[in-house]
Amino acid sequence: MDEQPTRKGYIGQAWLVILLSLVYGGALAGVETALRETIAENKRRETYDRIPVLVPGADGDKTREVNQADEVIVADADGNWQRVYLAVAADGAPAGWVLPAGGQGFADRIDVLIGLDAQASTITGLYVLDQKETPGLGNFITSEALFTNQFAGKSADDPLTVVTTDPISGSHQIKAITGATISSESVCRIVNRTLATFKQPIRRRALQGGKATAQAPPGPGKDTQ
Amino acid sequence: MASQDPTAVERFINGILPENPVYRQLLGMCPTLAVTGAVKPAMTMAAATAFVLISANVMISLIRGLLKPHLRILVFTLTIATFVTIADRFLAAYMYQMSKQLGPYVPLIIVNCVIISRCEICSSKQRVGVAIADGVGMSLGFALALGSIATVREILGSGTWFGLPVMPESWPKWGIMVLPPGAFLTLGLLLGAAEWIGRKRAEKAKQNR
Repeated sequence: MDEQPTRKGYIGQAWLVILLSLVYGGALAGVETALRETIAENKRRETYDRIPVLVPGADGDKTREVNQADEVIVADADGNWQRVYLAVAADGAPAGWVLPAGGQGFADRIDVLIGLDAQASTITGLYVLDQKETPGLGNFITSEALFTNQFAGKSADDPLTVVTTDPISGSHQIKAITGATISSESVCRIVNRTLATFKQPIRRRALQGGKATAQAPPGPGKDTQ
Repeated sequence: MASQDPTAVERFINGILPENPVYRQLLGMCPTLAVTGAVKPAMTMAAATAFVLISANVMISLIRGLLKPHLRILVFTLTIATFVTIADRFLAAYMYQMSKQLGPYVPLIIVNCVIISRCEICSSKQRVGVAIADGVGMSLGFALALGSIATVREILGSGTWFGLPVMPESWPKWGIMVLPPGAFLTLGLLLGAAEWIGRKRAEKAKQNR
């Protein structure tokens, strides 16, 4: 290492690392492409399983039937769009909505399901679908007793705020998990942002009443009827 | 130099008991403590680790002639991370509930020292055959360690083994065994037992000589 390293020297040293990065990157892209649909299907199945818990009065089988027959896509004015699930009771009457949402947490992406009532005015439940937060601290965001039970009953109109002291009851405050304030704030930020974007489109959809209405063609921005 | 290195058979046998990664080398403590509350997640973790360990050993052994000494750790980490990501995606696709239960511990295989130590000690220096034998031996040793700890914890803590009831209904489940303290207690006692057996055998060997 006495000589001054030249550009050729750098490549000579690092070519294996560069080559391996490319090869491994390609292999991972292949694996991801091959398995993406299976993993997404697993998540959809889990979503359906959680809907009766997230939305009181919803019936699992009927909800699955309705949503598989017709995917509900909501879009806002800016062209953001996403799939939501219409939760229905056993007789087919709408019971509420389940809104998948996701964003960056402390360690990695956090995916949640937000349950809303039929008018999309109140949160009825929250479920953490996927997270890789710190074991023993941040992963308590999945705990019903410590964290997610607080969301039910909160208004969908007031942004949630995270507090580290005891929250004022009836307010829009969520108590953070001790030692995992960032994870707790991440979940609230995901919920706030998703509700701000999609609650109006869902309400419009809810006003049309009834069933998962039929003819909405799934696709970006086409949901303006 | 190469003639002093252990042969494939020695590598294989060493990995299982004489150099057991958990009981002898005290490596890989994070999964050892974290996922051994029941046998099923412990065995899934052992299988995922075995896949990564054997694949990384083969890969590193194949390219060992090209490694630059000061960049070798980077290449090891890159290789291990790739195989861990593949294992993680496969678990998410085909063992979804188990993948959720193991949570971040699957990506954390990347920092399992058992794997990088085998890259450094064995596969970056020896041929592919030896590297495979070493990977399989170490994987079996790791599975044995995880399995033994998980067996003790699941039977005492839940009264089941692999989810099947093995204790009488009246068994008072020792809840502490499935909680983190149970992991430390079990590991400590089993480590002590392994050490004790090792010493007994060494004494016997001395007397026979």
